[in-house]
Amino acid sequence: MRVLVQGAGIAGLTAAFEFAIRGAAVTVAETRHALGGNASWFAGGMLAPWCERESAEQPVLDLGRDAADWWDTATPGQVTRAGTLVVAAPRDAGELDRFASRTSGHRRVDEDEITLLEPDLAGRFRRGLLFPGEAHLDPRQAMAALHDKLAAMGVEFRFGTDARHLSGFDRRIDCTGMAAEDDGLRGVRGEMLILRTLDISLSRPVRLLHPRFPLYVVPRADHRFMIGATMIESQSAGPVTARSMMELLGTAYALHPAFGEAEIAETGVGVRPAFPDNLPRVEASGDTVSINGLYRHGFLLAPAMARQAADLVFSQDRTREVAHETDRQRRSA
Amino acid sequence: MFDLLGTTLPSRLLLGTAQYPSPAILADAVKASGTSVVTVSLRREMAGGRAGEQFWSLIRSLGVRILPNTAGCHSVKEAVMTAKMAREVFGTNWIKLEVIGNHDTLQPDVFGLVEAAHVLCEDGFAVFPYTTDDLVVAERLLAAGCKVLMPWCAPIGSALGPINIMALRSMRGHFPEVPLIVDAGLGRPSHAATVMELGFDAVLLNTAVAKAADPVGMARAFGKAVEAGREAFISGILEPRDAAVPSTPTIGRAVFS
Repeated sequence: MRVLVQGAGIAGLTAAFEFAIRGAAVTVAETRHALGGNASWFAGGMLAPWCERESAEQPVLDLGRDAADWWDTATPGQVTRAGTLVVAAPRDAGELDRFASRTSGHRRVDEDEITLLEPDLAGRFRRGLLFPGEAHLDPRQAMAALHDKLAAMGVEFRFGTDARHLSGFDRRIDCTGMAAEDDGLRGVRGEMLILRTLDISLSRPVRLLHPRFPLYVVPRADHRFMIGATMIESQSAGPVTARSMMELLGTAYALHPAFGEAEIAETGVGVRPAFPDNLPRVEASGDTVSINGLYRHGFLLAPAMARQAADLVFSQDRTREVAHETDRQRRSA
Repeated sequence: MFDLLGTTLPSRLLLGTAQYPSPAILADAVKASGTSVVTVSLRREMAGGRAGEQFWSLIRSLGVRILPNTAGCHSVKEAVMTAKMAREVFGTNWIKLEVIGNHDTLQPDVFGLVEAAHVLCEDGFAVFPYTTDDLVVAERLLAAGCKVLMPWCAPIGSALGPINIMALRSMRGHFPEVPLIVDAGLGRPSHAATVMELGFDAVLLNTAVAKAADPVGMARAFGKAVEAGREAFISGILEPRDAAVPSTPTIGRAVFS
């Protein structure tokens, strides 16, 4: 089977993997000239389905709980399994109780344990929640690793190519995100920063709860920290606004004053494709299967969606063969 | 039925549209609450022109009346500009006017509020000012041309409920003919029932529903509470008394002690 994957974002790369390991001849076409620049490029890379359940519906937990294993298998060495630490300032202690009551898979930690987990946060928070089953990765490194793995598996990449001009494929897998023409899809703008400082180190993603400005900090290599992310009902991909930057920086500073002296290494804006229920969809129409609406859960949910798309295509294929077979038998009878 | 500026509305609950887990849950919550007016903010979403259009069209498709707001505006100029944009986007002259004066408490800047209300009323807007429970400010807003007032009962999103019942009573007493909508600070359905029992015409809330574990269930609960409070107010509430009063008469019993 010859499969054309349209789009080399997180949905496209994971789909390419799932089709390739099932024996399809896969080509990935991407209009950009290299990896990156799409919504997944600006992602946090948290594999945190239990934390996400605070505001997301149950399918996000069900579909996302195996994501860390998937990434570990597809891109060995990319996943860090150190859990997620959730903290709140003493005056927002109620937020911690609210978060705990909406989620599972966590345990309460006190000041001493927070110090053991993250020595640089010593004395800053009296109570927190640890989600030990969660993991994280660096989205850009993971995407590059997956790209290399796919290339080694024989997947052909065509960058700077409009997939509409390519033909000769049995199936098209539309993973073009916001570029897909789907009336139900909307953009949700997310702004993020990358800070660099030698003054603090963290071993795992830390979420700081705040009634108005919740924030997460994901540690990355080379003393970098991804600070994210805003959620604005807008499809604008324009530069980060001053207000969003102030909110992100202010909250990072509240997590640890050392961030006040950090370098702002990068600012980024991604527009997340989302359906009205904020849940992803795999949809088939003719020879095209689309994967879309990953919203803020690209790295978490793309593996499960890629599997669903591959299952759908291969089971349809079997049904067709069976139908064909029955048809032939009928004719010969 | 609730007559608001010449529009007859089936419900006295107004619902905000921010912070829901998804637009689909928002739509279900709107239905479950029975609300007939939703508020929607524009300030942050309009960066880059009409970039918030996809969300706004979801709001339009809810099939209820839209009251755009100027949430997040900290100056008269910003609020007036946002109101004009809202009129264009939603095709309504209704505007919930917010001019925030304190970043921490999100308390209205009542001076800026009166000024912006004046400008917008002159321009033909029906201004719904988000204000405090201060009577003098309320009078100034009415003088500026507002036909309805929206006092807070506690800071936005605080879920504290009516923290100054005396001020709310006094506001109702001073402005018997003005539609008064309690906006901001409600945490639970009993809070909504309480202010409706005081004779307020309606309530507006957002966070208490959007951030509940089950926003749809909570929306339904608030819808019922608002109805209960209103019906109680109309039906004449028994005032507290010091003496116990038996509901069954004792006269005629065999032994009267």
